[in-house]
Amino acid sequence: MVDTQRTLLLGNLAAVEGAIYAGMRFYAGYPITPSTEVAEGCSRELPKIGGRFIQMEDEISSIGAVVGASVSGMKAMTATSGPGFSLMQENIGYAYITETPCVVINVQRGGPSTGLPTKVSQSDTMQARWGPHGDYTAIVVAPSTVGDTVTETIRAFNLSERFRTPVVILMDEIIGHQRELISLPKPGEHQVINRVKATVPPEEFQPFRLTANGVSPMAAYGEGYRTISTGLTHDPMGFTTNEPKEIKVKLDKLRNKIMDFRSEITKLRVEMMDDAEIAFVSYGSVSRAVLLAVALARSAGVKVGLVQLYTVWPFPDNKLRDYCQKCQKIIVPELNMGQIVHEIRRVMPPDTEIHSLQRYDGEILTPMQILEKLEEVM
Amino acid sequence: MATVEKTKSVEKQKSDVVLNYFRPRKKLPSVWCAGCGNGIVMSALIRAIDKLGYSKDEVAMVSGIGCTSRMPIYLDFSALHTTHGRALAFATGIKFAKPHMKVIVITGDGDCLAIGGNHFIHACRRNIDITAILINNHIYGMTGGQGSPTTPSGSISTTTPYGNVEKNFDPCKLAEAAGASFVARGTVYHTPQLEKAITKALDHNGFSLVEVISNCHTYYGRLNRRGDAVSMLNAFKENSVTTAKAKKLSPEEMEGKFLIGTLHEDDRTEFCDEYQKVVDAHMGEK
Amino acid sequence: MTESQAAKPATKKKGKSKYDYSNGPPPLEINLTWCKACNICIALCPTQVFEPDSDGKPVQVRVEDCTQCTICWTHCPDFAITSNYK
Repeated sequence: MVDTQRTLLLGNLAAVEGAIYAGMRFYAGYPITPSTEVAEGCSRELPKIGGRFIQMEDEISSIGAVVGASVSGMKAMTATSGPGFSLMQENIGYAYITETPCVVINVQRGGPSTGLPTKVSQSDTMQARWGPHGDYTAIVVAPSTVGDTVTETIRAFNLSERFRTPVVILMDEIIGHQRELISLPKPGEHQVINRVKATVPPEEFQPFRLTANGVSPMAAYGEGYRTISTGLTHDPMGFTTNEPKEIKVKLDKLRNKIMDFRSEITKLRVEMMDDAEIAFVSYGSVSRAVLLAVALARSAGVKVGLVQLYTVWPFPDNKLRDYCQKCQKIIVPELNMGQIVHEIRRVMPPDTEIHSLQRYDGEILTPMQILEKLEEVM
Repeated sequence: MATVEKTKSVEKQKSDVVLNYFRPRKKLPSVWCAGCGNGIVMSALIRAIDKLGYSKDEVAMVSGIGCTSRMPIYLDFSALHTTHGRALAFATGIKFAKPHMKVIVITGDGDCLAIGGNHFIHACRRNIDITAILINNHIYGMTGGQGSPTTPSGSISTTTPYGNVEKNFDPCKLAEAAGASFVARGTVYHTPQLEKAITKALDHNGFSLVEVISNCHTYYGRLNRRGDAVSMLNAFKENSVTTAKAKKLSPEEMEGKFLIGTLHEDDRTEFCDEYQKVVDAHMGEK
Repeated sequence: MTESQAAKPATKKKGKSKYDYSNGPPPLEINLTWCKACNICIALCPTQVFEPDSDGKPVQVRVEDCTQCTICWTHCPDFAITSNYK
């Protein structure tokens, strides 16, 4: 039976497929290499399904329009790369405090500044967590192939709707610009989560009501609930507050609604870790080179395994500790000058030997380079 | 779309109309200084909305940061109090997502023309059906009296202590040049005309700007010896000229005066309407 | 005494009020909690119905002169004035 869903697809367009599958019908963005194809794909596909595409005048207005569409009840997304991602931070922060679901794709390129527009990098990893100012908790997912870009984009939308929060997808230039033969998901194959809608009568409705799981039912504009969204710290009604107690309640809510439910958020790929003495920990496109290196090393009898982070933030402290507790050595390959490695140092016992394998010259770490590091460390 | 009948004498609005539009449980009086023009604009705006018969559910009021930005929270509409200068971007998202909504942006000279300038000219160019009420008090009030893009040359502010060396925008000319299809200017002194201008702007299908010359006696007035709220309101009366009267005045007589009334109006197509045609043409294609 | 009060012109055209308030409510309701004594209504009233109280808030003193011209309540920045007749 011919698999009609089989297609040779560009990574950036895989993100569009995943987003549309998840129910995204609003895209606002601004062209920037290497993410532009996401915008172009949306401009073609969205009208066909009654969706909306708009090219805004810059990235800060793009995320502004995305939040505006989301509070109006739509699943909305933007995509960008380093420089644009930096410009978006203030309004991503607005989405954090107003708890507005939306998805921001960062197809990473060499930085800082204009950097290497057509070259791969993972140097925005910390910015994805700490970009906006202030205290909040970020959810950041990272695909590694064209195939899992589709599924990770679906997961990103589900997480943003479930937790009423922005979710950042960390892609990179290699994933975005490579083509792979993949199978597109069939309708119903993946669960699609929608935000919990307001049900109480409007006069009783509180847009930021404290609930058991910390996620408040949400009302869309134009549906009888005339709610307030403000970037000023606010109480459950959305009214501005300067009361210390109410301020703490709000900030605790932003953290706890996510940190108390990490089991629903954390997603790892664990390969050959049962008897591993040395572990690789990686995320994104580097993981594919690591997989090959691990397979080759295993065939040479070396007890090595891989933990790949599909969810980069919140960092999976306990899970990582569990998987790596038997390993005396951990190698962390990254396409930057060492970012996620600091989390691994923070999490693992002090006597664990942790090696940061870095490549930041615009090219991806090759299996050979990974194997060389392994030999050096053994 | 409610249309405004051109009745001879505009039926006088009841004085207590405004009381039905306040957000329940939101404490009044407002945070604005005694005599601030923002409150005058707010009541004119409410009467315009009431006259057009909009339901509260279909109005979305969006603001950025600044004294003006506190307005939506007092009103019983969908309210989005966003980041400095970006109200028009958020409003574009709302309008484009739900074109039947009446989207109104409340902004000030700093919020709209300084940090928000890029979004302002593009919202005009796009001619998206949003009404921007730009309350121009020629200074940054919220942050304590700094110079803004409309602070007149030579004027004193806390950041132009030796007199402003910069030139200032004319927001209405800027809007018209950028493509806005309805541009009007009013003042907080001329409340009946202001109400009419806002009503026309709301009713207009396209990007509508209403610039409202307003008083900040707390900072601009004090730093430039313009007296209290009343003195500034009287000055707006003295220094403004309606578009009709201006035709009869020589350039010398117009010196130091500013125009009020409808300054530009055209029926260029509206952004959401045009995009809907694209959707209608391609809906269902593979 | 704010600057504008002193600058009040000596004689004011007396508006011919067609309202007779003698056996009805006063022309206006003043919400004294919302009123911030900004003096706009007092100064702008064409027939000087108001005089400021000790806090500078308007008191309807010359009730019979109120012509219900709406200038006071359309210029009140704090929605503190409503008319009993309009």
